[in-house]
Parts: sequence; structure tokens; C-alpha cells
Amino acid sequence: MQHPIYDDIKIVEFTNFGVGPRTSSYFAAYGAEVVKVESTVRPDMIRGVPPYKGPKSINNSQLYTKLNSNKYGLSLNLKNPKGVELAKRLIARWANVVIENYTPGVMARLGLDYESLRKVKPDLIMLSSCMQGQNGPAREHPGFGIQLASLSGFNYFVGWPDRPPCGVFGPYTDMIAPLYNVLALLVAIDNRRITGQGQYLDVAQYECGVSFLSPTILDYFVNGRILERKGNSSERMAPHGVYPTLGEDKYVAIAVANDQEWNDFCQAIGNPELIQNPKFATLSARVKNDGELDRIIDDWTKNKDAREVMTLLQGMGVPCGVVNNSEGMYHDPQYKHDTRFREIPHPDTGTCLADANPLKLSKAPQVEPVHAPNIGEHTEFVCREILDLSDEEFSTLAQEGAFD
Amino acid sequence: MKEQQTPKRMLVGNYRVLDLTDEKGYLCGKTLGDLGADVIKIEQPDGDSGRRIGPFYKDIIDPNKSLFWFAFNTSKRGITLNIETTDGQEILKKLVEKADILVESFPAGYMENLGLDYKQLSKINPQLIMVSITPFGQTGPYRDYKAPDIVGQALTGILCLTGDEDRPPVWSGFPEAYSFAGIDGAIGAMAAIHYRYLNGTGQHIDISMQRSLFPTTYYALPFWTANRIIPPRQGAIRVRPQTNVIYRQHWPCKDGYVTFFFWGGRGVGERSNGAITKWVDSEGIEREFLKSMDWPNFDFDKLDQEMMDQMEKPITELFKRYTKQELYREAIKRRILLYPMATAKDTAESEQLAVRHYWAEIKHPELNTTITYPDLMFKDENAENLSQVWRRAPLIGEHNEEIYEKEMGFSKEEMNTLIGGGVI
Repeated sequence: MQHPIYDDIKIVEFTNFGVGPRTSSYFAAYGAEVVKVESTVRPDMIRGVPPYKGPKSINNSQLYTKLNSNKYGLSLNLKNPKGVELAKRLIARWANVVIENYTPGVMARLGLDYESLRKVKPDLIMLSSCMQGQNGPAREHPGFGIQLASLSGFNYFVGWPDRPPCGVFGPYTDMIAPLYNVLALLVAIDNRRITGQGQYLDVAQYECGVSFLSPTILDYFVNGRILERKGNSSERMAPHGVYPTLGEDKYVAIAVANDQEWNDFCQAIGNPELIQNPKFATLSARVKNDGELDRIIDDWTKNKDAREVMTLLQGMGVPCGVVNNSEGMYHDPQYKHDTRFREIPHPDTGTCLADANPLKLSKAPQVEPVHAPNIGEHTEFVCREILDLSDEEFSTLAQEGAFD
Repeated sequence: MKEQQTPKRMLVGNYRVLDLTDEKGYLCGKTLGDLGADVIKIEQPDGDSGRRIGPFYKDIIDPNKSLFWFAFNTSKRGITLNIETTDGQEILKKLVEKADILVESFPAGYMENLGLDYKQLSKINPQLIMVSITPFGQTGPYRDYKAPDIVGQALTGILCLTGDEDRPPVWSGFPEAYSFAGIDGAIGAMAAIHYRYLNGTGQHIDISMQRSLFPTTYYALPFWTANRIIPPRQGAIRVRPQTNVIYRQHWPCKDGYVTFFFWGGRGVGERSNGAITKWVDSEGIEREFLKSMDWPNFDFDKLDQEMMDQMEKPITELFKRYTKQELYREAIKRRILLYPMATAKDTAESEQLAVRHYWAEIKHPELNTTITYPDLMFKDENAENLSQVWRRAPLIGEHNEEIYEKEMGFSKEEMNTLIGGGVI
């Protein structure tokens, strides 16, 4: 009998925003059971971030829905010792993985740190993924992905030489850290299968971000050099840039790496004389004269439809891509083909946005997406079906304020 | 800097990885290698194309001195093999017999044309896990499209969002798109290891850079599906899509730039806003409007442009007075949501990274030196490294003798034939 890939994995998450929830979503998409612990008093903060489908409400943030499909929503008041006790019971009896991305010290103050939890679950795998790590002078410094993208080094060299940096878009490092988190968890899970032992994992989002920029770090250590802004220019490709097409704020990106592609490009644009023009005939000449080259290409693209330009050039083996905006992304035929995202049924708003997982495994399909839980949506289910609490136990705990 | 005797190795299982990637897939094998897998980088006889990517060690242009190659190919041994020859295909199949994972980043269909696709290779080794990394996946309308970073970022949707509103979009400045794909590839490999334990067989993992990079577009798609809004690109200046209020996030300071903005909500935001108000106050900078803000009840969506400008004036003045590091140190003390816009120099000098043992000194005997690298970042409950880079990236064909002769038993004569014939 075939097993869904992660049906032996049971995760309890104490998480906020992007990093923690995206980490567990890799497991939820492939059949793991995930219990998301929040409370009405302390909900996942991303519920407060727009855009909202319909009126602003604690359940309608589409950033929340896209990251939290296929999870059980358990509302637990962790300031109440009864709430903490229930969390511990869930971990002792059911979970084999715990994920948290709070500021260092928070889980310890709640009595839910690794030391406490391994007492009730000796082979527990626990991941803590905070901004800068569990120790060090900056460990408690508050911040989010947008600021961390700056600290990690992604922003300084993005933009134009004649003005201050633009930086990358959004909480960029929030998309990198979860990848390393998932990998660390998979290794720990594999190790536990072999040795029977659990593991605590401390993965700093800052350190994950910096690792993507390793060559620039080596360039500094070895050559004393810092990467600076160059707009859309490249030292090893020309043309390499963004060119306006028909319509408002519509562009294509084009990157030509070698003489063959240059030849094909000039044929495609119906300007074969350009091939041997001494200003552009060689790669070095093209790079040297890239400003003039860009203006020639602007003139050619500006009266054409972006998609037609892309189809023409790619058809000739020349790298070119429509600069998709959000409407373009929604209609992009490759995203459609891959079902990279879907609008799925939601009890309050009719539909909500749900991301699929980026991986495709030939023998393990992703589970059918179910909407991200409304706050406390599965409190009763988790208590009765997973924890086997009796009617009495459940109502007593409710009265005592364990569920908020 | 710690002196490491034996590098730590997190993976308990012994996994052999055959790595046939180019710069679109290096990070997959590197990360598995840093975790302790036995990764064999397989390149064509004159070396991978990635070896031509600069910068270079001391600016010496040499395929064995590319810093890009060094950084993304640690913990791999290296052999050369021309898989377009019949000998090459036979040798690869022999290697596949004992391999757990094969990762490649050839165009979709290339391996099939050589009889080396998953269908064929899994007949040789049903346990094999094959990871294929391409710009847009193995199937679909863009299957045959080429995509260097700027083109991949364009179609993903992230390029449109990056830059200043009054200029065309600008790319990330450094290639990152395929790093997302690379780590997703490593995840796919370990996921398939898990599956293999449960179900007994390997499988084919299809990784697409576009699918992997898509999350970086953050709220772009949600704003379209929920509200039919196309959010504008924003650089140092941002526009709040719901109210059109313009505010700054990247600020010039005395020696560079810092990232800071007023953050809504109780707790973290309230504390940060209050703290910076206090600091501005103590500096004697004109700040009446800022002091009048009711931070506990601050709602970003209730601001208009004039209010925002009044709030930002004293901050601009404050940042002018201090360097990145001065501002950062104070921000840590006062719990202000401020971060320096770091250069590689700032990163290299980071006190936090030093305390975290982030750096590894990796020997380069061929250069008669050691070079400082970021180490693998997984730590245990004592903040000790769980796994470490265990060797530098290989030179071209560095382990041909070790692997072909010693491990696979090729004779010197056979090696001469294969080398002479351009197979190795």
C-alpha cells in the first residue's frame, strides 16, 4: 500500500508571519498533520496584514490563507497554565515535530522550550527559526523579513548607480529561511528513523540569507571588493536589460550570453546588419557599448506587445521574458499549467487564495488543498479526536480559559 | 575563528549524490554535501560553465579560481565525464547503480535524448532519486524557454516589483533565482529519501526556478485575486496600496544606508516607534508632531501624506548624524526596528555572525592559503554547528584517479583510452 509521503509526520507549530508557517506548509502539502497553535488574544500576526478578501477580518488576510492550507487551527491561551499543559499533552501524546519562530526566550518563558518538551517527548524534533539565532548580542533584536533583507546584504547592490539603492522587494529572507528549515527537519527526521533520537535545530534566518550571497562574501575576503549597483547591466552578458513594450508599465527582459544568441537575436528583430556592427560584433564590444545597444532595442520593443516579443525571441533561442505584474502572474500559462496557486472554497469569503508547494514529486502528489483554518476552527476537533478529551474535560478547560 | 579538526557531519545515513548540474543547480549538491552526503560533481572534460563566472581569486581568470564556483561547490569531489559519448553514458550508468540521488539541470528532454532520463536510469537502479532543475519545469508552455536570472525574475513576477516607481524595473544585482531552486532540489531529494523508506522506491523530482522563486512576490498575487489591485514597484520609497500614502523604508545615513519604518500595532511596533521618538527628542531635533503621536493606538491606515511627512522629517535628520553601525548599536539597545543596509564588509565584520561561529576557514592547498567561507548554519541546543563544510570545491577532474581507478577499478590503460577519446 502506498503511503502519502509525510503521513507519519505530526507537527505542532507556534509561529507567526512567514517563516514558521511556510516551513510547516511543505509538510502539510504532502500529507503531514499540522496543528497551528494561536489564540484570539495572540493570533498569527500575518492575519493583520492586507490584502483582505472582503471586509478586514481576522480570517480574511490572503497572505494568511495562502500559507496555511491543510492545517488544524487550535486556539490555546498560552498565558494560562491550562493552555500550556494542553500544548504539552498534544506534544507528548501526538506530535513528533515542533516548529516555532518566536523571539528567543519566549518559548522558555511559556515552559515550552526544548528542555521542557524533551522531558515529555524524549525523541522530539524541535526547530527554532528566529531572525538572528538563539544566542549572540543581536538575538532579541526585533525585526521582520523586510529589515532582514537589508541586514543580510541583498539590498545594497539593487538599483541604479546614480541614486540610492532600491533594495529587493518585500520580506525576501522570509522565503529563504523556510527552505533551510525544511531541509534541516528532513535530515533530523531521517536521522531519527535510523538512531531513534530526536534533535533540536536552531536555524537563524539571517545566516540563511547570507549563504545565498556567498560569492560576494568571498570577493570581499579575497579581493577586498564590494558589489555595487549597476542597474540592469551585466559584466558577462549584453544585451542584458529591461525594455519597454506596448501599454503602460509593460516590459520584457532580454539577456544574450554569446555570439550565437546575438546572431539569432539580430535575425529575429529583422536587423542582420547589426550582427557585424563593430560596436556590437563581439561580446566585449556589446558589454562596452551596452547603453547604446539598449537604446536600439528600446526603439524596437516599444511598439510591440510583450508576449509577442517573448514568443518570437524564445522561438529563436534567445532568452526573453515578459515582465509579469500581478495580473500577468494570474494569467501566466506556465503558472496555470503547474497549478502553482489556486482559489479554493472558503466558508466566509466564498474563495481564498492557496499556494501549492513548488516541488513536483513523480510518485507523491500533493494533497487536495483545504482552506487555512479560521481562528480556533479545530479547537474542539483537536481536543476530542486527537487528545481524546471527554465532554467534561473539554468544557472544564473552556471555563478555565484554556482556549481563550 | 575555530580550528576545526574533523568537520561535523549531520547526516547519519550514507547517501551518494551524482551532481551533473551547472550554475542553475549547484546549491542542491553543495548543501547535501555540507550535510555529509558523498557528492560527486560530474563535469564535461573542460569544466562546468559555472567556472567562467566571476569574480575570481585575486582576479586571476582561471576555471579553477572562480569564487562563484568555490562558494557554491564546497563539500563535493569532482570528476570529468562526457555523457554525450557512448562510453560516457555507460560509465554514468555504472555510477548510477550505487548512487542514491542524481541531480541535473540540463534543458528538459536532454537526458531523455541520451537515454539517461528517469525512466531509463530507474531500470538500472529502482532506488534512484533523480532531481531535475530547469527554469520552468519538465512540461508546459515555457518548457523550452531559456532563462538567465533577469528573464526568470521577469516571468516569475518579482522583477516588476523591484525598483523605483519612476524607472523601469531593476533586477536583483546578483544571481539568486536558481539558489531558491537549488535548495528546493535538496528538499525534494530528502523528501524522496523519506518516501523511499516508507515505500521502497525512488522517484523523479521536477524543480522549476519559476515555481521556487514565486513566493518572493509576496502580496502581489493576493492583491490581484482579492482586490484586483496591481501593486506598484517600490524601492527606497514605498506606497501603501490601500491608502496611497508614500513613506520611506531605506534612509541615507552618515556612511551608507539603513532600513527603518514606523511599524503598526501593539508590542513591537509601539515600542519601536516610542523609542525612536524618545531618541529624536534627546537629540534636540525638532519633533513636535512625532511627540504628539498616540503610539499605542497607531493605525497606519489612518495616516495621510502630510502626517507621514511630518513624522519622517526628524528621522531624516537623526540618521544623517550617525553611521550604520552607530545607528544599529543604538537600535539594539533601544529596541528600534532599524537595520543597516549591509555590504559584504559589514557582513564580514558582523559581531553576531562571529559569536554564532558562522565562518569556516577552508584550506586551499593549491593556492597555498585558506579562505573564509560561510559555514552550514544548522546549530544544536548549545549553539554548536551540527554540520560543516568539509572541503573546498574540486579542481577540474581532481578526483578522476580516486574515483575511476581506485573506486571503480579502471586500469591506467583504460583511463588513457577514455581521456584520449574525450570521454573523461
